[in-house]
Amino acid sequence: MNPFLAAALFIILAPVVGVLITGLDRILTARMQGRVGPPVLQPWYDIRKLFQKKQVAVWGAQSFFIFCYLIFIIFTGALFFAGGDILLVIFAFTLGHVFLVLGAYVSYSPYAHIGAERELIQLMAVEPMIIIVAIGLYQVNDSFLVGDMINHPGLPILLLPGVFLGFIYILTFKLRKSPFDLATSHHAHQELVKGSTTEFSGFTLGMIELAHIYELVVMLGFIWLFFGNNLFLSAVAIVVIMVLEILVDNCTSRVRWQDAITSAWFVTLVAGAGNIFALSIM
Amino acid sequence: MSYLQKSPWIIHYDASSCNGCDIEVLACLTPLYDVERFGILNTGNPKHADIFVITGGVNEINREVVKNIYEQMPHPKVVVAVGICACSGGVFKECYNISGGVATVIPVDVYVPGCAARPESIIDGIVQALKILEQKRIALKTTVEGTA
Repeated sequence: MNPFLAAALFIILAPVVGVLITGLDRILTARMQGRVGPPVLQPWYDIRKLFQKKQVAVWGAQSFFIFCYLIFIIFTGALFFAGGDILLVIFAFTLGHVFLVLGAYVSYSPYAHIGAERELIQLMAVEPMIIIVAIGLYQVNDSFLVGDMINHPGLPILLLPGVFLGFIYILTFKLRKSPFDLATSHHAHQELVKGSTTEFSGFTLGMIELAHIYELVVMLGFIWLFFGNNLFLSAVAIVVIMVLEILVDNCTSRVRWQDAITSAWFVTLVAGAGNIFALSIM
Repeated sequence: MSYLQKSPWIIHYDASSCNGCDIEVLACLTPLYDVERFGILNTGNPKHADIFVITGGVNEINREVVKNIYEQMPHPKVVVAVGICACSGGVFKECYNISGGVATVIPVDVYVPGCAARPESIIDGIVQALKILEQKRIALKTTVEGTA
């Protein structure tokens, strides 16, 4: 497919897909708790409502940083689905998150500050594994281009089981699900009010919600890379992994940041790096 | 129905209530009543909230807190006073440290009486508040910025 067309399709379709997945996530979560749950389009209603609200901002700079966050997340996804270089995708993704952290640091709120610090800790926990994913996929495909990876005739997951396992582990950080929802959570009444998003309201909070939806689609796109050109298997894998994530979200409690970072690095070292090492001596 | 009415987020504050009404507010979130069906979420953060659900008669210590939470909420916003103490002070009205109802501190839009207010009437109060919320949104759109 034409890379520009693919990028345009991502920008238009990702919110649709992301809202549906998030809406189903909320319904499934409610069902697991014995509730009925909101309508499937509820995340979309939430975002539209936030755009209708007035803003309360101590510093105007926070809206600018969050705008940059949204733009870089969209850029990341567009680059990914256009078949671009996966290393550039990863670094643009990280840069987007750095803008979120800066936005949280702008206010004087202690909740937002601790949230921002935890957001940085999450980045530290996750980044090594994401880079290992890129290295592992390079070893299998002999290319850093996403466009080449999706045309892989076989199943890269068979050569990269450890890398895949490590990626699933850090996916919980990225989807902001329990037990690794340290910085901010979808659920109310946590110890940090709303963590890094505490000080945002109205339009700015709407941009954050929209960025999270784009981010979800990009992260699920990474799962696709482990299944090469087998679209059916990758769709099945995405559904199974999302259900597992929701199950884990509902039956675990939040861990301390020390446990989060050491366990993430342990999995990265054993499953991720071990897999890479085994591949390179094979 | 506007998006504001489909996604009302709530902040709940206990201004010296006996906790009876608070338990009933929380009961609305349980599987039996499940207010998330209507998109209602308990945010616990005034900057994310649209509806301020407040219980208790407001004492002299926490009246500043109530004002502070109200002022931090972005427009359009509504206040729902839940329980007879929040409506008028109830049996504590004559107490030396009780303000005598939420309306003595901040403007209240919906009064939900009862001791304790039942979950059904709390949900009904929130639904009434949604209409007022929509009116306020339309009024806000037509007024000049800064005067609202």
